[in-house]
Amino acid sequence: MAESSVKAPSMGRLLATHGLLVLATVATLYPVLWVVKMALTPSQAFSLELNPLPTSFDLSNFAAVVNTEDAAGGWLFGRQLFNSVVVSLTTAAVGVVLACTAGYAFSRWAFPGRDIGMNLFLATQMFPGVVMLIPLYILLDELGLLDSLWGLTLVYASTSVPFCTWNLKGYFDTIPKDLEEAALMDGASRWMTFTRIILPLARPAVVVTALFSFMTAWNEFILAATLMSDERAFTLPVVLNSYVGEFSTSWGSFAAGAILVSLPVMGLFFALQRHLVEGLTAGSVKG
Amino acid sequence: MILLVGAALAQPVELTLWHAYRGAERAAVDALVDRYEAEHADVAITPLALPSESISSKLEAAIPRGNGPELFIGPHERVGAWGPRGLMAAAEHDAGTFHPATVEALTYRGVRYGYPLAFKAVALFWNKDLLAEPPATTDELLAVAGELTRDGRYGLAYESASAYYFGALLHGYGGGVFDGEAVSLDRPENAAALSFARGVQEAGLLPEEPTGALVSQLFNEGGAAMVFNGPWFLGEIDGVDFGIAPLPVVSETGLPAAPYLTVEGIFVSGEAEHPAEASAFARWLAGPEAALVRAREGRQPVAALAAYDSLEGDEVLAAFRRVLDTSVPMPNQPEMAATWEPLARALRAAMRGSVTPEVAMRSAQFEVDVALRPPPPEANPVPWIAAAALGLFGLLAWIGLGVRRAGGVAGLRGWGHAYAYAAPASIAMGLLVVAPFLVGAGVAFFTHHQGTFTFVGLANFLDILLARDFSPSHPLSFYFTLLVTLLWTVANVVLHVTLGVALALLLREPWVQLRGVYRVLLIVPWAVPSYITALIWKGMFHRQFGAVNALLSALGLEPVSWFAQFSTAFAANLATNTWLGFPFMMVVTLGALQAIPRDLEQAAEVDGANAVQRFVHVTLPLLKPALLPAVVLGSVWTFNNFNIIYLVSGGEPDGSTEILISEAYRWAFTRGHRYGYAAAYAVLIFGVLVGWGQATKTMLGRKVI
Repeated sequence: MAESSVKAPSMGRLLATHGLLVLATVATLYPVLWVVKMALTPSQAFSLELNPLPTSFDLSNFAAVVNTEDAAGGWLFGRQLFNSVVVSLTTAAVGVVLACTAGYAFSRWAFPGRDIGMNLFLATQMFPGVVMLIPLYILLDELGLLDSLWGLTLVYASTSVPFCTWNLKGYFDTIPKDLEEAALMDGASRWMTFTRIILPLARPAVVVTALFSFMTAWNEFILAATLMSDERAFTLPVVLNSYVGEFSTSWGSFAAGAILVSLPVMGLFFALQRHLVEGLTAGSVKG
Repeated sequence: MILLVGAALAQPVELTLWHAYRGAERAAVDALVDRYEAEHADVAITPLALPSESISSKLEAAIPRGNGPELFIGPHERVGAWGPRGLMAAAEHDAGTFHPATVEALTYRGVRYGYPLAFKAVALFWNKDLLAEPPATTDELLAVAGELTRDGRYGLAYESASAYYFGALLHGYGGGVFDGEAVSLDRPENAAALSFARGVQEAGLLPEEPTGALVSQLFNEGGAAMVFNGPWFLGEIDGVDFGIAPLPVVSETGLPAAPYLTVEGIFVSGEAEHPAEASAFARWLAGPEAALVRAREGRQPVAALAAYDSLEGDEVLAAFRRVLDTSVPMPNQPEMAATWEPLARALRAAMRGSVTPEVAMRSAQFEVDVALRPPPPEANPVPWIAAAALGLFGLLAWIGLGVRRAGGVAGLRGWGHAYAYAAPASIAMGLLVVAPFLVGAGVAFFTHHQGTFTFVGLANFLDILLARDFSPSHPLSFYFTLLVTLLWTVANVVLHVTLGVALALLLREPWVQLRGVYRVLLIVPWAVPSYITALIWKGMFHRQFGAVNALLSALGLEPVSWFAQFSTAFAANLATNTWLGFPFMMVVTLGALQAIPRDLEQAAEVDGANAVQRFVHVTLPLLKPALLPAVVLGSVWTFNNFNIIYLVSGGEPDGSTEILISEAYRWAFTRGHRYGYAAAYAVLIFGVLVGWGQATKTMLGRKVI
């Protein structure tokens, strides 16, 4: 749609729109500014003042969070950051492979058991996690995947698969079947059609799937703390959570860590926002 | 041969040590481990710091399966539950090394477990600029606090709504949680203690809703002359000249307000491979030499008495040493775990003034009795196994019929490619999501007591569904919680969608400058870990110092005690979760709006439709298909969103804002480890959600999938 077809807004409407947006943004950022303030204040207190703007600019909390050493004198935070990045990226990759293939099957072929399968995928989102931790621990122990970043990655990927499959299936539904039929007629294999024609068309949805899987792994700490028993194998959320003590919490360190953990996610959001917007929903609307 | 033996001897024994220490304490223990290794070439010790929230469940999962550490450090309260189960080994102490109270804390039914490292107990901290001498009795305390309370300053501040701090008053009035072996909360002594706590609050000597953060802040700013706090508070005091004394004597009874004593012990795992070496290290770490290092470097109030002789001039640790003499070991019976939540509820209800202390204590006792009710009789598993076999057979038959309808195996083979595509995701999910859930759900047919599970058939479900423990109108009953959960889910989804759609509509106009900036800033709540932002929201709803009430006052409105009644506590939870959840719906809507051709709306405008009409009749119907899946998934996620309830309202008031998933969590972890009951809750939650999914589908009259 051409921009010119949109009327220029009246001054009042322009002001009202910006006014509302600024109001929403302020309300959204107010609690977050607190996190920034606590991170930049050289104390471990949880402050309850009204002014959310930092009154000091002290990076000692960040330094304390980042400058950690393991027993051998290695850079522990760096190692844990590396773990987080590797686990989250692998989760995204595995999640995308699993969800794309399944989403494609659910979208294209009315095979026996498909509806049950789709319902089961939805049902897994309804499982209350509270009862699953110990069985999962025992299972991974039996599979020899305890204390392994691979085991953690597989659990994360399977957890994010249902949402991603749903989302991708919706997107695949909107891609006309004629494209594949033509390719199959020309002698292309099913796999080639899927990887060469369908996946490139579904790129926004694939990006969203990857981002969603990435976030699942990036922010999780309960499973990671339970399944890993070496601090060199911890991911950042586990480190972050160890600033919460039974009797008192190091809020300065926690806040600094929370900001460090959020920055890459915000960077990804910013870089991928166009895809994010298209990939989450465009599918179900076009159809 | 001799060479081989020599090589085997040279190989050091490897020990692991799990703890939840941070900062100076951690550094001290790490340094001591290095020193021990230097002195004992035959032992190598690996310490591992874990988040305090997960260390307990991790130990419980790991030790029985042989994955646990040789040694672990933790509070003594676990002794009663873990000792008899064999998770920790019995220990021999050298007589007279440790303060007797710390040894008593580690003893359960005549057996000692672990070695006492350090202790925690609440003391009186006072600001020396405001007060010369600490009060010795509660009468003096009230008088002094009364004089000092003025101009926005409080005479006294402590976490008065916490059952842990309240322990000192219970003991000061001659009461306590246990009477012998039995939990006995509804005693006149305990009610008297509660009356005192309430009186202090009503006299305005205490700030309202005093959280730990608020207490620290007030003390540091000179806003509180005296505080009750533990040794962890030392790290939070900033720029105040302070003194430490034992809590005062209760004037009415002449008894000291004896705080709970929590002992941190080092325990040898019951499954340790090298118990002798592990015990030797544990004994050394607890002993006087290492205790001195832990006291000096780690600032720990240690249990080994000899260390204090070398600590002369250290007034802080000497003061805690005096507190140790008047403290009462926290009961280590497993039943204790079931009393915290009911006692805290009673405390809050009485402090609010909504019930009398006697009534509050009676209902706390009732709730404890429910949590500790003897398990239902063991059921004969045979009919159940038969029924399960029959069910399995039925399932197989149903699958078989399905296969036949699809043209038999040959027919299925034609779909081979489809199954191949769907298989990897299905297998991964079946193995790592469905299987753990089925196993976890299976626990619903058992009852758990001290590590052993007994088959009880449907007893847990019947107890819950027949409202056996709590009448349906009681906040802790399944039906009450179910209603709250449904209200919670609907309200959240409505707000998420409304806000998300509204902002997306504003953001889509091409003439809005800086759209990209707004968009990214509005997504921020999604990116920041919700643990910390949820707690910030809780702080914003503080009665006295929160931003929300400050805003209300600025607008000329009355401030609100947000967590004192259901409607406002629910609203506080809702506001927090709305803030966390609207960005997702906004992004979904933005995407959907992009695909809606603007000419339709413009045509409607030309036809004279106003903005509302255009939205309702043109835009909304086009948005619906995109929003439906998001709404279904969003409602499922909200239904099970345990974090917000737990962190913001914590169920206040009286447990009425709990939702089903947070109740399940409480039954599993804070009400006497009733795993079976919790699993039954989980199964019911799943059942309700399946029903919810079906209902949404039917209601919306469209296949959502």
